[in-house]
Amino acid sequence: MSRLPIAIFLGFALLPMAAAFGAETYLLDLFMRVMIFAIAALGLDLLVGFGALVSFGHAAFIGIGAYAVAILASHGINEAWISLPVALVAATAFAYLTGTICLRTRGVYFIMITLAFGQMAFFLASSLAPYGGDDGLTMHARSTLFGLSPFKHERLFYYIVLACLVGCYCLCRALVVSRFGRVFRGARENATRMATLGFDIYRYQLAAYAISGALGGLAGFLLANATDFVSPAYMSWQRSGELIIMIILGGLGTLHGAIIGTLVYSLLGEWLSGLTENWKMIFGPLLVLVVLLARSGLLGLAAQVAAWWRKQHAEPQA
Amino acid sequence: MSLLVVQILNGLQLGVLLFLIAAGLTLVFGVMNFINLAHGVQYMLGAYLAVMFYTLTGSSLLALVFALLAALAFGLFLEFVVFRHLYERDHLDQVIATFGIILFLNQAVKYVWGAAPLSLPIPELFSGSIVLLPGLTYPIWRLVIIASGLAVALLLYILVSRTRLGMLVRAGANNAPMVSALGVDIRRLFMIVFGFGTMLAGFAGIMIAPILSVEPGMGDTILILAFVVIVIGGIGSIRGAFIAALLIGLADTLGRSFSVDILRLVMAPSPARTVGPAIASMLIYLMMALVLYFRPTGLFPPKGR
Repeated sequence: MSRLPIAIFLGFALLPMAAAFGAETYLLDLFMRVMIFAIAALGLDLLVGFGALVSFGHAAFIGIGAYAVAILASHGINEAWISLPVALVAATAFAYLTGTICLRTRGVYFIMITLAFGQMAFFLASSLAPYGGDDGLTMHARSTLFGLSPFKHERLFYYIVLACLVGCYCLCRALVVSRFGRVFRGARENATRMATLGFDIYRYQLAAYAISGALGGLAGFLLANATDFVSPAYMSWQRSGELIIMIILGGLGTLHGAIIGTLVYSLLGEWLSGLTENWKMIFGPLLVLVVLLARSGLLGLAAQVAAWWRKQHAEPQA
Repeated sequence: MSLLVVQILNGLQLGVLLFLIAAGLTLVFGVMNFINLAHGVQYMLGAYLAVMFYTLTGSSLLALVFALLAALAFGLFLEFVVFRHLYERDHLDQVIATFGIILFLNQAVKYVWGAAPLSLPIPELFSGSIVLLPGLTYPIWRLVIIASGLAVALLLYILVSRTRLGMLVRAGANNAPMVSALGVDIRRLFMIVFGFGTMLAGFAGIMIAPILSVEPGMGDTILILAFVVIVIGGIGSIRGAFIAALLIGLADTLGRSFSVDILRLVMAPSPARTVGPAIASMLIYLMMALVLYFRPTGLFPPKGR
C-alpha cells in the first residue's frame, strides 16, 4: 500500500478519539455511513475504473443486501452468520444473473441495461407489500453475532465497518494486480486483442461484476444495521448516479480515489446542507467546476497542483 | 371497451410526450455524442416558464411563445457556458457535469417559485371534453397534445430527411469528424441541434403543464423514460425514438390499467392485486432488457457505426 490509503484508513481509525470530545454519535454515524458507501464505491470503481463497465444500477446491490437482512430480521432471524451470507449470496446472484445479460452490450447500452435491472429491483422492492412496500421496513433489532450484539455498540460497529472497508480495499487491490485483474484491465484497453490472446473476456467481466455485486451486498448488510431501516429509496437510480459521481469525483481506477470521492461528496453535502437550505445550488455548480477543471477527479487535480508546485520551485535552480 | 380506447389514447399521449423529449436527447447524443442528463430539467423549466409567462401576460398563446423562446435562450446559454467544453470529454465527465446542473436547477426552481406544485389552466379554446363515440368522452387538451406531438414528428421527419440541415444532421450522427473535415462548421451545427432539442423538451413541458402539477424534480422521472426510449429505438435514430416512444407510452399506460385484470386470468385475485402493479412498473424496463438482449444496439441503430 502506498502512503495515501494508509493515511485515509488511519484518519478513519483515529476519528472516534477526536469525536469523543463532542457530537460523538453524530460524527460516528456520519463517517460510518461514508465508509459503508465507500465499500460499495470500491466495488463500482473495480468495474468502471478498471473495466470501463459503467454500472448504473449499482444501488440495487446495496438494496438487495439491505433487504435480505431486514426481511430475515422481520422473521426473527437476527444471527449475522445467517443474514450476512444470505445478503452476500443474494446480491452476488443478482449481479451474476443480470450480468450474463448486461455484458452482451457495450458502452452506453451497458449503462442503460444496468439501469433497467436497477429499476426492476427498485419497483420489486416497492411492491413488497408484506415488507412495507413503498414505506420501507423498520428493523426492530440489529443483527447479532453468536448471541452477542456488536452492532449495538456504536464504536465497535464503527470499527467493524472500518475493518470491512480495509478488507475490501485489500481484496480489490489484490484483484487488480493479479492475473485475473490484468486480463480484466486488458479487456478495457482492447477487448479484441485480449480475445485474440485466447481469453474469454466475457467470463472475466462477469466474475468482476459478481464480485462488485458482493461488495454492494456487504455495504447493504452494514447499511441496514446502521440505519435500522430499509426502503426502496436505497435502490433509486439517483443513488446509483451518486455512487458513480463519488468515484469520478475522487478519480477513477485508483481504488482509494473511490474512498476519497465518497468522503468528499458526503462531507461536502453534509456541510453545505448545514449552511443553507439551498445547498444544492452551490453543490451543483461545484460538480460542474470539478469536471471542467480537473481532468481525472480530485486525485488528478491534486497531481496537477503538485506538478505545478514542483515546477515553480524547481525552476530557480535550473 | 371504451376504457380500452381511453387508455390507448392516454398511452399515445404519453408516447408523443416522450417522443418530444427523446427526439432532442437522441439527436444530441447521436450527433454530438454527448450525454445530456440535464435534458429533463429543461422540460421542467419549460413548464415553469409557461406558468410564469401565463401569470404575467394572462394569455396562453403568448405564454407558449415566450416560454419557448426563453427555454431556447436558456438552453443556448447552458451550451455556451458549460456543454461546449464537454463535447470532447469522456461520457462520465458529461454525466457528472450535467448531473450538477440538474441539482442546481431543481433547487433553483424551488428557490424561485417555491416547493409547492403550481398549475397552469388549459387554454379556454381547448378546455372541456369531446364526445368521440357514443358513451366515450375524452379531454380535448390531451387530443391537442397528441396532435401537436404528431405534427412535430412529421416536421422533424421532413426536416431530417428532406432538407440540407437534416442531411448534415444525419451525416453527423454517422460520422461527425468526417462532416467537419468536409468543411461544415460543426460547432454551429451542434448549436442548432442542441437548441432545437432544448426547445422540443421545453415544448413538451409547456404542453403537459396544464394536466400535470408543475413541481421541482418533475423532469427526473421523465428523463429516465426518455433514455429508455432512445436506447430501445437505437441512439441517434429519430424514427427509432418515435416508434419506441409510442411503444413505451402504450405499454406503460396499458400495463398499469390492465395488468391486474390480465393476471387474474391466471392467478387468484389477491396475489394478482399485489403482483400486477409491480409488473406494470417493471414492464418498460423488462422490455428494454429484452430488446437489448436480442438487439444490443437497439431497434434502429444508425448505419455506419
